[in-house]
Amino acid sequence: MEEFIQQLTNGLAVGGIYALIALGYTMVYGVLKLINFAHGDLFTYGAYLGLTLLTSLALTDRLGFVLGIAVLVLMVMGLAAVLGAILERAAYRPLRESPRLSAVVSALGASIFLQNTLMLIYGARFQVYPDDILPTATLNFFGLYLPLMRVLIVLASVVMMAALYLFIQKTRIGTAIRAAAIDQSAARLMGIDVNRVILLVFLVGPALGGVAGLMVGLYYGQVNFTMGWIYGMKAFTAAILGGIGNIPGAMVGGLLLGVIEAMGAAYISIAWKDAIAFCVLILILIVRPTGLLGERVADKI
Amino acid sequence: MVNLLSLQHLTKTFGGLTAVKDVSFTVEKGAIVGLIGPNGAGKTTVFNLITGNYQPDRGQITFADTPLNGLRTHRIIMRGIARTFQNIRLFQQLTALENVLAGCHYRMRSGIVATMLRLPAQRREEQQAVERAQQELAFVGLNSHALTVAKNLSYGDQRRLEIARALATEPRLLILDEPAGGMNEQETEGLIGLIGRIQQRGVTILLIEHDMRLVMRVCEKLVVLEHGGKIAEGSPDQARSNPQVIEAYLGVEDEP
Amino acid sequence: MKRFEPFAIALFAALLAVAPLFLNTYQVDVLNSIGLYALLALSLNLILGEAGLFNMGHAAFYAIGAYTAAILNTRYQVPILWTLPLSGLIAGLFALAVARPVVHLRGDYLLIVTIGVGEIVRIALVNDVFGLTGGANGIFGISRPKLFGFVIRQPQEFYYLIWGFVALTIFLFLRIKRSRFGRALNYLREDEVAAEGSGINTDYYKLAAFGLGAAWAGMAGTLFAAKMTIISPESFSFWESVVLFMIVILGGAGSIAGILLAAFLVIGLPELFREFAGARMLVFGLVMMVMMVVRPQGLLPARGR
Repeated sequence: MEEFIQQLTNGLAVGGIYALIALGYTMVYGVLKLINFAHGDLFTYGAYLGLTLLTSLALTDRLGFVLGIAVLVLMVMGLAAVLGAILERAAYRPLRESPRLSAVVSALGASIFLQNTLMLIYGARFQVYPDDILPTATLNFFGLYLPLMRVLIVLASVVMMAALYLFIQKTRIGTAIRAAAIDQSAARLMGIDVNRVILLVFLVGPALGGVAGLMVGLYYGQVNFTMGWIYGMKAFTAAILGGIGNIPGAMVGGLLLGVIEAMGAAYISIAWKDAIAFCVLILILIVRPTGLLGERVADKI
Repeated sequence: MVNLLSLQHLTKTFGGLTAVKDVSFTVEKGAIVGLIGPNGAGKTTVFNLITGNYQPDRGQITFADTPLNGLRTHRIIMRGIARTFQNIRLFQQLTALENVLAGCHYRMRSGIVATMLRLPAQRREEQQAVERAQQELAFVGLNSHALTVAKNLSYGDQRRLEIARALATEPRLLILDEPAGGMNEQETEGLIGLIGRIQQRGVTILLIEHDMRLVMRVCEKLVVLEHGGKIAEGSPDQARSNPQVIEAYLGVEDEP
Repeated sequence: MKRFEPFAIALFAALLAVAPLFLNTYQVDVLNSIGLYALLALSLNLILGEAGLFNMGHAAFYAIGAYTAAILNTRYQVPILWTLPLSGLIAGLFALAVARPVVHLRGDYLLIVTIGVGEIVRIALVNDVFGLTGGANGIFGISRPKLFGFVIRQPQEFYYLIWGFVALTIFLFLRIKRSRFGRALNYLREDEVAAEGSGINTDYYKLAAFGLGAAWAGMAGTLFAAKMTIISPESFSFWESVVLFMIVILGGAGSIAGILLAAFLVIGLPELFREFAGARMLVFGLVMMVMMVVRPQGLLPARGR
């Protein structure tokens, strides 16, 4: 039972990270019907930027752990958002009217470019987060010992998801995003500036993805320039699992996939851990391509 | 007269919207039948149900005395129904000839191995198919455009190319979805002549059209749809004098 | 322009035929790599270029061919070139089995699924599936190919084996291109609904494209195994699939000449600029982005599009 709960909470922590990345995929897909292949790399940038800022500015030394990390999170979010906007401008906007294949290839090109830029700057080896900054404490829940970092990760991702959900559901801008996702041309006719919605989606998605990268760095302590693609694939799986284009779906899908993976690694085989997510992806696309929360849409002929 | 196609109690819903509601009508062999009605009446959905692009929720489609329900589209085409599309669906990057060869495809036999070995039978078959396709191009008046890439053809020529591709499948029933859409007066005149010549080849025709002059001149029977349901069926004169039809066309503007 | 084409092709073929006489071993080895990638890209072209099916897991089929050849050769002493048909067959059948449930998925979904399949295959190889694949170390000790009693050992000798196979492939694929089968793949790419509506069994041709393309990749895998004498999972990573995808798109989907050119550029150029080898992928990424804006149809498009 102890083992089960450890795996469950670990799965929720990883799942929260997946969910934060998945939100970026699902929001872009909702509005542009495009898989933003470079999204996973913005996540990696979040992890690397976080590391550089953490060590070079010594934020936790100056401001204390809580405030230091909070400032760090905000800085990473801001920088990742700027990168997202640049990405949209450089790789996607010129291809808005082009065939799908062109946009897909451009997205892949952007992903390869971003990844290798990082490699040329930092080198190909793993980068290590300073372990003396991070709290190694464990919390005692009625005799169950959970690492503090894990609890913080779960809490932070839940808070951020809740904030995004409220933003999308309750604000005017959120409504505009939802409207543009349902029917772009109708939204335009209703006076919604679709270009601004697209830009917004490319700001918010990467901001969340960047924080997810930072979380991975803080949780596992090391990051690699290629990690974006495997995390990206899994987050995309999570988005499909929940129903692509569906924001609550991405949250549910992310948490679910994290738990499935943790359980699979613990009780089936750790060596096949990465394959489990891909099997989930293929199964869901075969059995229910609209995902758990998605709705069926008839193709127009 | 024998019914070539008959639809019985066809119903199709999308989500909460009933696009086609309990529609029944027949198409007699050799006839030209028009399916008309305001925008959004469900006409194209009926076509998509006939050619298996959609499956009906209820009802029966019978073609030449055999049911079509549940068959995949290419199987239905092989039974002898061919169609064109409302928003022209040509193979844009391919030549007119290659477009028409698509219609010849299912009557050909050669597989991968015969192709790689270039067996005599395969070469003969290719040659015959090209000749056949050329004939259809000539039939619609596009013989000089055989090697023109489809997207470079004029709008009217593209519509005619679609008809040539459909005819290459040697259909017994040809379904035309707004064949005169986007055509000028002169092109429409040519189309009316073409439809007549297709009928002379023994092909039965079912068409959707908004150009009422064309409909009144070529159709022997009209079926009128409104809000997914059939409101009239009969000769053009009968349809024209039917009060419900008049109201559907001239009455309250409630269509979006 | 059209009139010079036969001369250009003849000149190119003649240059390739005599090239090993003037080049050193290293240079011939680079040409061998280019030949293998050209072969793989031509096989991917059937799926991606001709039929328009986004396949980014092509390395999986390549891997299955290579491993089939290696296992048959090292365990059952089957001469390596004899395994060609069987590794092609097994790669083809594997492709049919995985493509069947997913082939109806729309464009980028198919892309994601094929990435997934490619990764699952690689993970399976690393985990020594069925105890046959040798795990992360792979399989070594694959014997040299023998042709009419002559053992192929030197890069110069492999050169003719590989480029001979490329020539045969081009010859056969050109025949396919100008046939009922090849046209059916093009109809799929252009408009699936219209293809089905013209009496073409689109599901069948999607599978056929996958089966044939994968079978050819499997045979290329055999040649790879014979050339290397040692194979391991890292040769069949996701990035191999990306590079192949890139060759087809850069060259011009559906264009055999374009794909050959792109194989020379993508595989050959980095060898010329070895001091910038680290920036290779960076440049590729940038080129992909710029190409899609400036010349999305590829360097040498199949037709004057």
